[in-house]
Amino acid sequence: MKIAVCVSHVPDTATKVKVGENGKTIDPNGVTYIINPYDEFAVEEALKMKEKLGDNSEIIVISVGSDKAKETIRKALAMGADTGILLKTENDNDSIGIAKVLSNEIKSQGCELVFCGKQSVDYDNTITGQLIAEMLGYSCITVVVKLDIDGNKVKAEREIEGGREVVESELPTVITAQKGLNEPRYASLKGIMAAKKKTIEEKPVELSDKTIEVLNMYLPEPKKPGRILGTDSSAVPELVKLLREEAKVI
Amino acid sequence: MANKILAVLEQREGILKKSAFEVVSAVRNLAEQLNLEPEAVVVGDNVSNIEEIAVYGLNKIVQFKNTDLADYSSSGYKEVVAGYAKETDADYIILSNTALGKDLAPRIAVGIDAGCMIDCINLDATSGELIATRPIYAGKALIDIKCNTAKKVITIRPNVIKAQPVENPNSPTITVKEVTSPNLKTRVVEFKKSEGKLDVAEADIIVSGGRGMKAPENFHLIEELAESLGGAVGASRAVVDAGWRSHREQVGQTGKTVSPTLYIACGISGAVQHLAGMSSSKYIVAINKDKDAPIFTVADYGIAGDTLEVIPALIDEINKVKSN
Repeated sequence: MKIAVCVSHVPDTATKVKVGENGKTIDPNGVTYIINPYDEFAVEEALKMKEKLGDNSEIIVISVGSDKAKETIRKALAMGADTGILLKTENDNDSIGIAKVLSNEIKSQGCELVFCGKQSVDYDNTITGQLIAEMLGYSCITVVVKLDIDGNKVKAEREIEGGREVVESELPTVITAQKGLNEPRYASLKGIMAAKKKTIEEKPVELSDKTIEVLNMYLPEPKKPGRILGTDSSAVPELVKLLREEAKVI
Repeated sequence: MANKILAVLEQREGILKKSAFEVVSAVRNLAEQLNLEPEAVVVGDNVSNIEEIAVYGLNKIVQFKNTDLADYSSSGYKEVVAGYAKETDADYIILSNTALGKDLAPRIAVGIDAGCMIDCINLDATSGELIATRPIYAGKALIDIKCNTAKKVITIRPNVIKAQPVENPNSPTITVKEVTSPNLKTRVVEFKKSEGKLDVAEADIIVSGGRGMKAPENFHLIEELAESLGGAVGASRAVVDAGWRSHREQVGQTGKTVSPTLYIACGISGAVQHLAGMSSSKYIVAINKDKDAPIFTVADYGIAGDTLEVIPALIDEINKVKSN
């Protein structure tokens, strides 16, 4: 089976966000970029699937972005994925445009099983997996924390408010990974060395017109500094009084 | 006749959720500002409180009914909603950004060739054009956006846009449409409820614990405090990664972004990624022994002391006040 994993190159979650000069995107200066944390669960699940199948399954890692996204593809290759594809564009922040080029590539590769992270931690988009699935006519289960694939049958547990839904579907499918699905492996030294020899094919793509336009980006109003009421439990009565009488929340 | 705006409302176990009425209010406002004809759409089997939609200002209601659609089916719901949106040539489809809304919205968008604006916290159409505001980077920044496509699918963040009852509501007109042979290719077959606990994503009060709780066995204090307030238990990434607590409870950039009325952070220093997930809470209380911890920069009230000494006193005081 051919398995696709879609990965995204994003600012580290420890980043202090500053608005760039254009007033519409993040100021990239001094920002460390990483593989989107949820995509690591996606890569790991693909690797587990290949191990379980024990056949000649091939894992293809695909990313949309500039040359820099190769670092993230390389990271997935070091974990054990087989080949990488960079759909190269400088203009990469419209989910629908991205989903179109990804679904085209997945289709031409003939992948029947697709993994994505459940969301990217930059634009917090939670829709790319579903978009790809609908464009391809595949089934799709999102925010997955447990997955079983047996032949053509797919059974997954997805996180929702107050519990988990057990969902049944069938291949071909797109699965979006939530934290808790697995424990992503660290790339071994051997894996890192091997990744250097694996190919990353570059394909220039044109994204369709932006469906969503960012008018401006800004930081939320900082909160007014609060009061420290004390250093031990003697401050508790005052705290409870404030919560009742000033904040009126209890 | 004016173009349509559809409020797609979520029911669970036959009851419309609170967030559904927030969507009703949002749609009523947009319909007024953009001169659109609003309509509510419910997919499910028997829905007990369907008439309540009119209380919030939408009296034209369409219910798509089938016993197999009582629980969520992404394929079944998408087919029904996208089909109806096409049939009515609706310009706007609005949902809540819940687990179901997040899953369903982009599917409808592809189905009707629409753009998709998700997780919006404000919708402003006073200029005649809809401008939405949404948080990105887990709330570290905000963007104002507009959708360039003719059709638009939008989700609104729960708990932000208020559900407001209208004065003198009209009585509802409910059109029931029986769905024959729904598409059940992908469907929910079972719901595993987490043991009687409130979910941080839906709670109005959250009590969270971090490393400052010193050991996993001390989390009973967090649980008791949450219980005394009728709130949910949250956790920092550090304690989830250490295996002390389940990821379900994690608040922050790789956990859940929350905005409850009251957030009590116990033994949480306030890493950037945690602050991003909770600083939009209405009131924040921090209990942490380090008075210079970043959590105090977002807290309304703080106690710079030992959590294990302060929390038991806080539980006692709350129980005392509540019993009076």
